[in-house]
Amino acid sequence: MRLGLILISAIFVNNFVLSRFLGICPFLGVSKKVETAIGMSLAVTFVMALASVISWMIQYFILIPLEIGYMQTIAFILVIAGLVQFVEMVIKKTSPTLYQALGVYLPLITTNCAVLGVAILNIQSNYNLIETLVHGIGGGLSFTLAIVLFAGVREKLDMAPIPKSMEGFPIAMIAASLFAIAFLGFQGLFSGLL
Amino acid sequence: MNLWKDLSNGLFKENPTFRLVLGTCPTLAVTTAVFNGIGMGVAAAAVLIGSNLIISLIKKLVPNEVRIPIYIVVIATFVTMVQMLIQAFSPELDRQLGIFIPLIVVNCIILARAESFAAKNKPLNSIMDGIGMGLGFTVALVVISAVREVLGAGTFLGMQLFGTGFKPALIMILPPGGFLAYGLLIAAFNKLTSLKKS
Repeated sequence: MRLGLILISAIFVNNFVLSRFLGICPFLGVSKKVETAIGMSLAVTFVMALASVISWMIQYFILIPLEIGYMQTIAFILVIAGLVQFVEMVIKKTSPTLYQALGVYLPLITTNCAVLGVAILNIQSNYNLIETLVHGIGGGLSFTLAIVLFAGVREKLDMAPIPKSMEGFPIAMIAASLFAIAFLGFQGLFSGLL
Repeated sequence: MNLWKDLSNGLFKENPTFRLVLGTCPTLAVTTAVFNGIGMGVAAAAVLIGSNLIISLIKKLVPNEVRIPIYIVVIATFVTMVQMLIQAFSPELDRQLGIFIPLIVVNCIILARAESFAAKNKPLNSIMDGIGMGLGFTVALVVISAVREVLGAGTFLGMQLFGTGFKPALIMILPPGGFLAYGLLIAAFNKLTSLKKS
């Protein structure tokens, strides 16, 4: 029950992109085509789930026993950078086709704040290991949902006549604003339950 | 003269927020009130100046293949220092900015300046670039948060601006208002710069 709530609330109520403002850079940068958006978000979901679990272990098995909690930011970002590098190598060896499709996006994941964000949020919310994993997956799925839907809209926007100074980022922001209004409808869905 | 150019570059020509559209996450997340905007801007500027200086000092010692992880460690060190300072001197700001203080590490402005400026230029120029970019970021955050706070809460830096009859448009301090205000301000910035050119 609690796990289900964590998952649903990460995807809809507190959508990482549209209500927590995490991962906006790739959300705006890699959402011009639906295909690339799907590839990017799959890679991000995978890294987020893995990074959640590993950073949780680092926090509770290394940082807290050694009483160096203030090293959290440095430790987590290093883990994420290493993890992204590792995932890149594994995908390259096992599935060259997937690597071709994701290639460019993989290194970008290091600076996706949704990844570091989910790692820190897990610790702040005092989740246990299973909850952390579920929250990581939910965060990845919420990123997927937002970016894939948004890419569909942006493909249409390309065709629309837009004033010169509104082209590109400004019109994308306004479209995202309408998206966020739609997601506002989920607010308060589980208030009092979590 | 050259130093002045490095400084003003970040303010107008390559304004990180309105021109390069970098560091969008903190821009949208913390601009619900002017106080938060100033806090985030100053914190990011401090990290940027420090990391630019150190990276430009160590640029000859860093092997090319591992430069990104090394830059990230330098940036994360400064972020940790800034975080501890904020926790010690302004717990209120710490509570308001929350998770977005550690997330300064992955603010793309900082890594982008390290890679594209500090790694190629002298320490003094890098400091000026850090000040300019930091100032450009802070000014942009203040502008966005002023629009959102005045429209969404009817206050400026916490001061009541209008009479009791004024009903603030709450949506402006909710997430959708962030996207809306930011998008319209970029459009306005584009329009102004294109007018100036012609």
